[in-house]
Amino acid sequence: MPITKAEVEKIALLANLELTEDEKLSLSSQLAEIVEYIDQLNELDTSAVTPWSQASAGDFGHSSSTRADIVVPGLGQERALDAAPDQEEGHFTVPRVIG
Amino acid sequence: MNNRLTIEEIHRLYATGETTPSEICRQALDRIDQTNGRLNALLTVTREDALARAAEMDGAIKTSILEKPLAGIPVVVKDNQCTEGIRTTCGSRILENYHPPYTATAVRKLLDAGAILLGKANLDEFAMGGSTENSAFGPSRNPINEEYVPGGSSGGSAVAVAAGYVPVALGSDTGGSIRQPASFCGLVGLKPTYGRVSRYGLVAFASSLDQIGPFGNNVRDTARVLGAISGHDRHDSTSADVPVDDYLGGLTGDLTGVRVGVPPECFADGLDPEVRAAVESGIARLESRGARIVEINLPHMKHVVAVYYIIATAEASSNLARFDGVRYGLRADDARSLSEMYRRTRDLGFGPEVKRRIMLGTYVLSSGYYDAYYEKAQRVRAMLVRDFAEAFTKCDVIATPTAPTPPFRIGEKTGGPLAMYLGDIYTVTINLTGLPAISVPCGMSSGSLPIGMQLIGNRFDEARLLNIAHAAEQQ
Repeated sequence: MPITKAEVEKIALLANLELTEDEKLSLSSQLAEIVEYIDQLNELDTSAVTPWSQASAGDFGHSSSTRADIVVPGLGQERALDAAPDQEEGHFTVPRVIG
Repeated sequence: MNNRLTIEEIHRLYATGETTPSEICRQALDRIDQTNGRLNALLTVTREDALARAAEMDGAIKTSILEKPLAGIPVVVKDNQCTEGIRTTCGSRILENYHPPYTATAVRKLLDAGAILLGKANLDEFAMGGSTENSAFGPSRNPINEEYVPGGSSGGSAVAVAAGYVPVALGSDTGGSIRQPASFCGLVGLKPTYGRVSRYGLVAFASSLDQIGPFGNNVRDTARVLGAISGHDRHDSTSADVPVDDYLGGLTGDLTGVRVGVPPECFADGLDPEVRAAVESGIARLESRGARIVEINLPHMKHVVAVYYIIATAEASSNLARFDGVRYGLRADDARSLSEMYRRTRDLGFGPEVKRRIMLGTYVLSSGYYDAYYEKAQRVRAMLVRDFAEAFTKCDVIATPTAPTPPFRIGEKTGGPLAMYLGDIYTVTINLTGLPAISVPCGMSSGSLPIGMQLIGNRFDEARLLNIAHAAEQQ
């Protein structure tokens, strides 16, 4: 199934990626090739199967569990901000959101 | 390579006073100085910290080795595992200067067991790839033949062991990223059961598949590291509260009563004849040591790569949404609005393979396609889990090739992404089903390159898996 340039642009918008014209072209053919390959799953009748999810690991008796709700110190504001590209007065700073 | 001492050999030298942690670390750093410029195994070398820690250990090392399983042992860690204050890049421009505020649990446990961190190892960007060629900081080279890839994505960790920098290293494995480079570099590499090792501080690629694990020159060293890093962690709710066995003590080499399952589906078209012969000789070695060989079936093997590339990319597209230039990492500084900053930052920061996978993952999760792809893949995943549960009623371990080919040349497979993905057929299945699996060397190609055999165990049955691998590696 071909994937058009318009579809690539739509996916890129959803993924917050800015793509060059060259990237759009190569991705539309590469994604089409991969999607054609994964379409092979349509050969399988899966109507009687429940989708697997991480919670299904519980089937094996080793399910993940919730922990006791005990308050422990977190990173703290200063260290949490330490790696930020831009910060001011204890907050992350970003470009203007509202015009 | 020169001077590849095992952990037990190093500990014997410590016990007799013939060497010290400082001396062992200096020798390792000398080797790094000599060859890392060519091999590009390490992205960061923590020289001063390592020598300072070694010097602190020198005085009491004779008693430390009795108390701590990795006392005075130099190690490296894949650069997608957070190390407090030490640069953690994920092989990506977007994290080129990122210094995490905390240390991953597996790394913390390694250090608590006495290990000395020498550096952070190269990888395919965000662990996406099978050759280490997708690193933003250049490919690593295979020390056995530098024209060839070391495999990936944990290629730098494998090279660091194969080049004799360290006896053991940590990698991470989402679809084969420990086992395939172990195979390509002639090492032992283990992906533990999902939940065996905490993922806290491992930068997430695909959360239902990722698992940290060890590389070593042999099964004994690998087992020792697994024991050190395993166990429940309150910071990772998917880490399992299952007792950690005595992996080292279980290595008897006794295969009495052991049934080795061989699935014909894993020896079909597309398997290199030299790999087939080497793996068959590995299976024959297990038989000669007392194991019984039984045929089992994995009827859905032809679909595993499709299932994997739907689930792995879907989870990746979600996990990598956090890299937006706000809280850490790179930020494009010429954007006029917030949304433009997100897009420009991600365009500058991510390489082509990461973008491709984010795009594919976003596509399969997008409205109108979710049921056809993501949910369908989760249904086939359930069928795979059932296939393996059925197989393990007939056998204790399953033997397959690790990779369908011997190592390939740098640049040989950079053409089409699909061709590279198909090389993951034997390994991705194991991440999808959450089982433990190990790659052990089983022969060499006519081009003198290593070939590995994959042994797959049942859930949390690492002790038995390691013992069978131990029997397979013995000459």
